[in-house]
Amino acid sequence: MTQQSSTQTWRQWLTTDTPRSRRQARLASAYHGWLTLRSNTLAMVGLAILLALLLIAAFAPFLAPHDPLSQDLGARLLPLWTDGHPLGTDSLGRDILSRLIYGSRITLYIVTLVALIAPIAGLLVGTIAGYTGGIVDAVLMRITDIFLAFPRLVLALAFVAALGAGIENAVLAISLTAWPPYARIARAETLTIRRSDFISAVQLQGAGPLRIITRHIWPLCISSLIVRVTLDMAGVILAAAGLGFLGLGAQPPSPEWGAMISEGRKFILDFWWVAAMPGLAIFTVSLAFNLLGDGLRDVLDPKSGSS
Amino acid sequence: MSRLEINDLSVWFGQDRDRVDAVKHASFAVPSGASFGLVGESGSGKSTILRALVGLVPTWSGEMKIDGQQLTKKRPRGFFKDVQMVFQDPYASLHPRHTVDQVLGETLNLHGFSDINDRIEQLLQDVGLGPAFRFRYPHQLSGGQRQRVAIARALAPEPSVLLLDEPTSALDVSVQAEVLNLLADLRETRALTYLMVSHNLAVVAHMCNEIAVMQAGEIVEVMGVEDMRAMTPQHPYTRHLLESSQGYRPSEEQSE
Amino acid sequence: MEKLLDIENLRVTFPTRQGEFEAVRGVSFNLGQERLGIVGESGSGKSMTGRAILRLIRPPGRVTADRLELGGRDLMAMSERDMQRVRGEQISMVMQDPKFSLNPVMHVGEQIIEIYRFHTGASKRDAYAKAIEMLQAVSINNPERVMRAYPHEMSGGMGQRIMIAMMLVTEPKILIADEPTSALDVSVQTQVLSIIDRLVRKRGMGLIFISHDLNLVASFCDRVLIMYAGRIVETCAADKLHEATHPYTRGLLNSLPRLDNPKSRLQALKRDPNWTLAPSVDGRV
Repeated sequence: MTQQSSTQTWRQWLTTDTPRSRRQARLASAYHGWLTLRSNTLAMVGLAILLALLLIAAFAPFLAPHDPLSQDLGARLLPLWTDGHPLGTDSLGRDILSRLIYGSRITLYIVTLVALIAPIAGLLVGTIAGYTGGIVDAVLMRITDIFLAFPRLVLALAFVAALGAGIENAVLAISLTAWPPYARIARAETLTIRRSDFISAVQLQGAGPLRIITRHIWPLCISSLIVRVTLDMAGVILAAAGLGFLGLGAQPPSPEWGAMISEGRKFILDFWWVAAMPGLAIFTVSLAFNLLGDGLRDVLDPKSGSS
Repeated sequence: MSRLEINDLSVWFGQDRDRVDAVKHASFAVPSGASFGLVGESGSGKSTILRALVGLVPTWSGEMKIDGQQLTKKRPRGFFKDVQMVFQDPYASLHPRHTVDQVLGETLNLHGFSDINDRIEQLLQDVGLGPAFRFRYPHQLSGGQRQRVAIARALAPEPSVLLLDEPTSALDVSVQAEVLNLLADLRETRALTYLMVSHNLAVVAHMCNEIAVMQAGEIVEVMGVEDMRAMTPQHPYTRHLLESSQGYRPSEEQSE
Repeated sequence: MEKLLDIENLRVTFPTRQGEFEAVRGVSFNLGQERLGIVGESGSGKSMTGRAILRLIRPPGRVTADRLELGGRDLMAMSERDMQRVRGEQISMVMQDPKFSLNPVMHVGEQIIEIYRFHTGASKRDAYAKAIEMLQAVSINNPERVMRAYPHEMSGGMGQRIMIAMMLVTEPKILIADEPTSALDVSVQTQVLSIIDRLVRKRGMGLIFISHDLNLVASFCDRVLIMYAGRIVETCAADKLHEATHPYTRGLLNSLPRLDNPKSRLQALKRDPNWTLAPSVDGRV
C-alpha cells in the first residue's frame, strides 16, 4: 500500500468504498461520521465550545490573571470591567474570571467521571438483563425501577448525606442516580438486537452469551448511549452545581461553579454578576453539550438510517 | 443412511392458551448430497423447521437426526461445524458495524482455525468476491454481495449440510440467478447437502430434487421435481400453489 | 383513447456528497385508460417515477419535467395545496405494505370516511354508506365489522384490500400501484389483483402498475415500460414481453428459473455500460 502525502489523495484514501486494510476501514468510517457531523453547524458550535473548555482547563494557570483562592478584602464585590478584574470580584475579593477558569477543571472532572461511570454501569445492567431475560431481567429491572422512582436530586442528596460532602462523593452520588435511564435504553436496544438474524448467525457459530453481548450487542448500544450521555451532561453539570449550591458538593474555597452561585446568592440583588457569571458559564457549557448531542444523534443513531 | 432425518416433528411457540403450533407432525428425510426443498406460504412453518434444526427454537417434540445421531435440546459445538444456515434477508443477517473481515475472522476463530488470513481470502474467492471486498462494511455492499458474504460465513466451518432460508427472496432476479448458480456450484464442488426453504416454486424446482409442500404447519405432499414440472401434484393445495405461481389469470376472478 | 397523463422528460435528482444523483433520467410516457406496467430491478427508478408523478419526492430531492400533465392540467405548476387535492381525488397510490400506510390507532372505517369527506365534503351518513359500498367492492364480506376494526387486526391481504378501497373511494382517474402484492402470498396476490383489475376496468381508470415481477406484469398489464438505471430501455405490449428484444429485458427473462423449462444453470445478466448511457426510449403512444 502506497500513501501519497498530498491532501487530495488523503481524502480519497479516507472516502474510498474499497478499503484495503482494517485500519483504513475503521478510519474511513470515522471520517464519514465526521463529515456528517461537520455539516451540522450547531453541533460544530457545541464542539468548539467544549474544545475551548478543554483548553481553558488545561492551560488554566497561564490563562487566569489571578490566583483563584487569593483573597483581597479591600477589593470586594468589584463590578464588571474593573481594571484587572474583567468579571469583577466576589465577596472575599477573589477574581471571578480566574475562579471560573479554574472551575472549568472541576466541571470537566465531574462530567468525565459521571460520563464514565453511569453509562457503563447502565450498559452492563441493561444488556445483561435484555439478553438473559427471565428472572435476571426481572430482578435487574426492578432494581432500576426503584432508582428511577426517586427524584434525582433528592436521591443524590441522600447519598451525599450518607457518604459525606465533597466532590468525589457528589460525583458518585450523581452517577448512582444517573445510570438507570441508560440501563433502560440499553435493555430496549438489546431486546430488538437479540432477535435479529445477525445474532442468530453468530449463535450458529457456537458463540457464547459473553461474546455476543460484548462484541455484537455493545457496539450497537454504545452509539445511542453516547448520544444520551451528551444530552444528559447538561443535567449532570446542573446537578453538580445544585449539590454545590446546597453546600453538599465542592467545599469552599474550591471554585466550583455551583458553589460560586451559592455564595453569590447572598448579594444577588445588589451585586448580580457574582452569581450571574458562573451561571452563564454553566449555561454555556450545558448548551454546548446539548448541541453536540443533537449532532451526534444524526451521526450515530442507527435508527435514523446509516447511509 | 439419510444425512438428515426428521420424524414426527412438532414445533410450537408460547404456552397454554397462547400456544401456536407452527409445525405439526412433520416427517421427511434428506439423503446425503441431495437437495431438498420446503415450499409453502408465509406462516406455513417452513422456516420454523430450519430454526428448530439449528436450535434457535427450543420448544419442539419428535425426532431430528443428523447422520443417524439424535439431536437433543442443546446443540454441541461440533454440530455447527457440520450444519450451517444462510438467512433470508442479507440486510439483517450481517452485523451493521462489522466489516466482512471481522465477520469471517470471528467465525473462523470460533471454529478454532489458525490460518485465518488465508482462509478469509479463499472464502471470498469461493463465493465470487475479490479481496477488494474484505474490509468493507455491509452498507458498502449490494444485496447480492451481502448474501455472498453470508454464504461465505456459512461455509467457513466447512459444513456438509447447508440450510437455506429463502436465500434469494430479498434479491433482484438477475442477482438471484447469480446466487443460485453460486449455490449450485458450491454444492457440486463441496458435496454439500441442501435443505432449502422458499415460497418461490420455480426457484425450489430449479435447486432441489425433492420437494415438500407445507400448509398451516403440516406437510401435505412430498413430491419429486419431475412431478412438479409436469404439474401433476396429488394434493389440491399444491395444485393451487402451482397455478398461482404462473402469473395472473383473469379466470380466477370468481375466487371468493 | 383519452390521454389521462402525459409526461415528458421527467427527472428526479438528489444532491449527494459526490454530486448530483439522478434517480430518474428523462423519462417520457403517457397513460390512457389502460393498465401500464413499469418493471425494473431495485434502483431502476420505477418507484421514484410513481412518486414523482404525485410530487411526493421529499426535499432535498427535486423533480423536473418538460411536461407533467393530468388531463391537460400542468401538475408542475400547481401549488402544494392544489396538489393535495389532486392526490387522492385524481390520482391515488397503493403502496407495497399496507401496515405502513394505514394509521394504526384509527378504525379502518374512520380512515376511509375521513378521506372521502376531505375530498368531497359529503355528510357523515353518505360517507359511511360509501365506505361500506367500497369495502364490498373489494370483496370484503362483512364490511360493517371491518369498519370497526383496527388495521393490526387485519391480515396482509385484507389490509391491502382496505388500502385499495380507501384509495378508490374518491373515484380517482388514475391509480398508481407500487408493488401492491409483493408482501402477499401468491394465493392472496391473485385475489387482490383481480379486485384491482375489475375496478379499473369498470371505472375506466388508468393504472400504473409498478413491479419487479416480469411474469406478473406480462400477464396482468396491457403495456409495459422496462426501466434500467433511471431510464426506459424498452416498451412493448405486455403479452409480447417474452419476445422483448432489448438485451437487458432478455437478460432479466433468461435469469428467471422456470418450472416448464428446466436449465442446469441460470443465465447471469451481463450488464452493458451502454445501457446506462443510451437515451431513454419514448414510452408515449
